[in-house]
Amino acid sequence: MSDAPVIETVGLTKKYGEFTAVKDLNLEVQAGEIFGLLGPNGSGKTTTILMLLGLTEPTRGVARVLGFDPTRQPLQVKARVGYLPDQVGFYDELTARENLIYTAKLNGLPRPEAHARIEEALERVGLQEVADKRVGTFSFGMRHRLGVADILIKRPQVIIMDEPTQGLDPQGAREFLHLIRGLKGEGITILLSSHLLHQVQEICDRVGLFHRGTLRLVGTVPELGRKVLGKAYRIRLQAQGDPEALAEALRAIPGVTEVRMPGAESYEVDAEEDLRPEAAEAVVRAGGRLMGLEVETQSLDVIYNRYFQEVEHEAIH
Amino acid sequence: MKPSTERKREGSPWTGLWAVVGKEMADHLTSARMQILEALIVLTAGGTVYAAIQNLKTTIGQDRFIFLKLFTTAKDPLPAFVGFLGFLVPLIAIALAFDTINGEFNRRTMSRLLAQPIYRDALLLGKFLGGLFTQALVYAAIWLLIIGLGLIGLGVPPNGEEVIRMVWLLLATIVYGGIWQALAMIFSIKFRQPATAALSALAMWLFFLVFWDMLVGILAQVISPVRYGLPEEQIRFIQTGLALSRISPNTLYTEIIVALTQPAVRSLGLVLPSQWQGAILGTPLPWEQSVMLIWPHLTGLIAATLLLFAAAYVMFQRREVRA
Repeated sequence: MSDAPVIETVGLTKKYGEFTAVKDLNLEVQAGEIFGLLGPNGSGKTTTILMLLGLTEPTRGVARVLGFDPTRQPLQVKARVGYLPDQVGFYDELTARENLIYTAKLNGLPRPEAHARIEEALERVGLQEVADKRVGTFSFGMRHRLGVADILIKRPQVIIMDEPTQGLDPQGAREFLHLIRGLKGEGITILLSSHLLHQVQEICDRVGLFHRGTLRLVGTVPELGRKVLGKAYRIRLQAQGDPEALAEALRAIPGVTEVRMPGAESYEVDAEEDLRPEAAEAVVRAGGRLMGLEVETQSLDVIYNRYFQEVEHEAIH
Repeated sequence: MKPSTERKREGSPWTGLWAVVGKEMADHLTSARMQILEALIVLTAGGTVYAAIQNLKTTIGQDRFIFLKLFTTAKDPLPAFVGFLGFLVPLIAIALAFDTINGEFNRRTMSRLLAQPIYRDALLLGKFLGGLFTQALVYAAIWLLIIGLGLIGLGVPPNGEEVIRMVWLLLATIVYGGIWQALAMIFSIKFRQPATAALSALAMWLFFLVFWDMLVGILAQVISPVRYGLPEEQIRFIQTGLALSRISPNTLYTEIIVALTQPAVRSLGLVLPSQWQGAILGTPLPWEQSVMLIWPHLTGLIAATLLLFAAAYVMFQRREVRA
């Protein structure tokens, strides 16, 4: 595959009357990447996804998916991109296999090819045993897996998923994330939107934060941590000894921005880099007994909450 | 990256059309809703035609068009089969279409469907054609059933003239079904709730079936009043009434039935005595002439169907996918 981004948008804008759902979006997703779109409800994630699929027309700007224009060449785009909507529905009165056959027909697959792909997809999501049961009898998790099978039928180069883990039980979510990693391993580019930040953090190569229709921040999770929190590392340590002296010693280390004492004999150190050796040394020098030491990379949860607190704060003032 | 200057979208709008048609027909033909209606229409056809045969048995050999009479002969308490068709056809058409679009939204299958490589054109037309072909199939089966009953009951085969007229009647019935299907489809795009769509379509049906004829009398009196009782005034009044009445698809269909099943009918409008000159009353018209008589009705029905479908198309294209 060439170096051109798989998904690219320039100045993409969508207005519903006076309301701007997406404003001047510039996004690039590279081949084989898992990209996460994050943001509160109504911040423009779903609208962006619909524009990328050609399901809604942008007011301004350009989008390219695999080099095709979704507005003018939607069939080319939709033949290569699998889309899992946030609430995926099936025809209850048909069996799982019949539902997939319809999808295969809409994709113009010849019959033997369609049957082979359907078997493969059902097996992959673990539904081959209930393939001939009516979808009306399926649980939420099974429908969700059928939704994934439905995308796999067309052997997509790109998969776009809207809130894919919402409503899944922990077991289901784990299996689903495993499946996504497998797809990435096959070189499929994945764009997903989500609220469930720890899951996004686990699987996404890069994430983008949406706020009121604008993509505010893009990058890997540590990059975002540095941008939003200004300090990417939080070191937790437990030590016995004079609290005042220990805190003083930790503060004195170059690169440490803050030291807190959340409880007895425990300290939290915010630092610009991983200063674990220096912290250990400082504790020992100050006469303390080091009991525990660990570094916590900033979680996406913290970044997200902090970021949106800040923008809300800015908006008020 | 430059915005494409080409305004046209690429690819055929009919990609996937036949997949949709096949799916819709399979759905309709297996649905409980359709099976009930099929049972209803088969019972009606069987009952009325059986009653008609009892009546007609006495006149075999005296009438050239005895098979056409199967459709039109009523025997108390049963009305003729064509009488039933006038309201059963809209009912079937509405039942096929009232939840065709909003049903997809409610089942949340719409976004998944439109994410497949097809245009909305194919989806809408496919759904319409799927319903229309289902209707065609059902009516054709009923026609064959009636002819079969006639063959057994009357013991004579239909003549060529009768067969041609019955085929035209079948075509007209399918077109009549099409217009109601297109109307119900509009409501299924307009209203999110299938129940609202069904009731609105049924209200339209009831309006044209029952109330329109009452209104026509009043409206014609307002538009072309008969003040002094002059013949010109009365002719104008009748013609206004006729024109208004023909806005209703029911009227058009009824007139089509009359012209096709009664070959002796020479005009569907007002005929002045001067126009009768030279005519031998009671002699049947050849089928070509009867078809000429209903040609405006037929084209009118088809045109109205196309207009309704175009309206549905515009509404559906503008509809946002997200529910």
